[in-house]
Amino acid sequence: MNDIILQAVHIDKSFREQPGIPILSDINVDIQKGEYVSLMGRSGCGKSTLLYILSTMDTDYKGELYIDNELMTGQKSNHLAEVRNEKIGFVFQFHYLLNEFTVLKNVMLPALKMARLPLLDIETKAMEWLNMLGIHQLAPKYPNQLSGGEKQRVAIARALINSPCIILADEPTGNLDKKNSDLIFDIFQQLSDNFGQTLLIVTHDPGFANRTKRIIQMEDGRIV
Amino acid sequence: MKLSADIARSLLMARWKQSLVAAIGVTFSITMFIGLLSFMTGLNKLLDGLILNRTAHVRLYNELQPNPVQPISMAPAYKNYYHFISSVKTIASDKRVEGIALKINTPVFFNEGSVQIAGSISGIDVQAENSLFHFNDYISQGSGNDLALIPNSIILGKPLAEKLVANIGDQVFITTTRGDIFPLKLVGYFATGIRDFDKVLGFTSIKTAQKLINKPSSYITDIQVKLFDINKAPLVAKEYSQLFNTHAEDIQAANAQFETGSFIRTLISYMVGITLLIVAGFGIYNILNMMIYEKMDAIAILKATGFSSTDVKTIFLMIALSIGTFGGLLGLLGGFLVSLLIDGVPFHAVSLPGISTYPVNYNPVFYGIGILFSLVTTFLAGWLPALKASKVDPVVIIRGK
Repeated sequence: MNDIILQAVHIDKSFREQPGIPILSDINVDIQKGEYVSLMGRSGCGKSTLLYILSTMDTDYKGELYIDNELMTGQKSNHLAEVRNEKIGFVFQFHYLLNEFTVLKNVMLPALKMARLPLLDIETKAMEWLNMLGIHQLAPKYPNQLSGGEKQRVAIARALINSPCIILADEPTGNLDKKNSDLIFDIFQQLSDNFGQTLLIVTHDPGFANRTKRIIQMEDGRIV
Repeated sequence: MKLSADIARSLLMARWKQSLVAAIGVTFSITMFIGLLSFMTGLNKLLDGLILNRTAHVRLYNELQPNPVQPISMAPAYKNYYHFISSVKTIASDKRVEGIALKINTPVFFNEGSVQIAGSISGIDVQAENSLFHFNDYISQGSGNDLALIPNSIILGKPLAEKLVANIGDQVFITTTRGDIFPLKLVGYFATGIRDFDKVLGFTSIKTAQKLINKPSSYITDIQVKLFDINKAPLVAKEYSQLFNTHAEDIQAANAQFETGSFIRTLISYMVGITLLIVAGFGIYNILNMMIYEKMDAIAILKATGFSSTDVKTIFLMIALSIGTFGGLLGLLGGFLVSLLIDGVPFHAVSLPGISTYPVNYNPVFYGIGILFSLVTTFLAGWLPALKASKVDPVVIIRGK
């Protein structure tokens, strides 16, 4: 039981405006520590909606959500923010880097927010991750000087900085060309193989999904 | 907190031009506010001073000495001790009283050849009058102290002296109410700024005045009382009036219109300052709103990566307040410079000797109010946008891409 990182129990969601039509119905998901999971499905099947519920950002649902064995449902938004900061790393389709800060500062931000480590240690850690992702030379640059693939790698470094329990990614290669997509695949693969990182990737790309260890297939708001 | 400040600073610097414009709005309004208020109250002080500085806060004006019922005898304990001087001591030892000046007012005729001009002479205690009521400020030529030094001397209002064709050093002849003709030596001119006064008034020492009306050296007609707190005048006047069984007039009753005038002028200055600040506040509101629309992505990712709504609100309030602080402080400096500028503008009024530039009141209170206003306004202007930013739903933004 203890190594379940993320657990969703009987999750239902429907639009507020149209209460009759369900988007998600009776979703039950367990993700074990170290698992590399992809969430597959056609667009509109509710896989992104599920991801945002699992990420604690969307709190408008029925059912129960546990992260690291802690009940998230019904928690205050400030507490959820802390949980996201500490336990979840995000990678989105778009990079969402802050143009006002250097690459290094962007990576450091979540750790600075958590404020558990002294500044120097955070910097060292950020540089380690950038190094591991092969982009340490970009550290002093600003995001608008980077290519799309580089930005996405910086976003991954940012997701990793607080050593999260799980990384949630929403179509992380959606905006990238083939070469860069492959690069991102490789990075996720490495994170899973070498670091035992738990990953949940939303994708509609079967090629990508096939490389993960477990595929959750969704259709019309249900898991099949 | 430090991190929030860091982010706020970065966002501010990213749009530094707009931020600067917003700050200049605040600067401008605070500058105007302080400049206006300093000038207005400076002017108020000057104009009120014309009357208020020269006027006793409480004036006791029965002819005390010849009064058969002595004020002090009203208190049973002192029935056998009555002497006028005791009442003066009573007043002088009152903690609310800054000082008293004794005075004799008497009507006289100024003689110009065969023509007699009706007027009056005030016999004053020059030193007390000077320290309490700034007598020397109104002497345009000659010296007030000569009144005390030179026997039988007089200082006339400049227009009166011109009418009498009298220069300093000349003899002026006056006719007393008893019909005696008295020569007095003119030792100076004064100008109060109120011409009607200057046309009929002369000052002598108390001793000279007593001689004019042929009274002993204990005789006076008025006790002028100056209080530390002018607002207590009505109360004190009422008290003394009962205590000494004499007429006591307070300055508010005597010059009610001055208070009203000062109040209205100050009110107008505040209104203008606040109006300007509200306009500046809308500027800040606009800038922040724009910034929030531009930085939706940044807000979304900050919230996704663990910044709470409170953090986001803090960041935007910090932006608003730093605009307010920066603009406000510059405004204080600007206000001071404007005050200096006004203070340097030449201003010559015939009736106001001793004033050569526009009056400015450098009251630190205005600067305190100015910076407080700028902070309060920017805080209020930043509040709504900050609240809006804190309510941004990251899911909506991120999924919308």
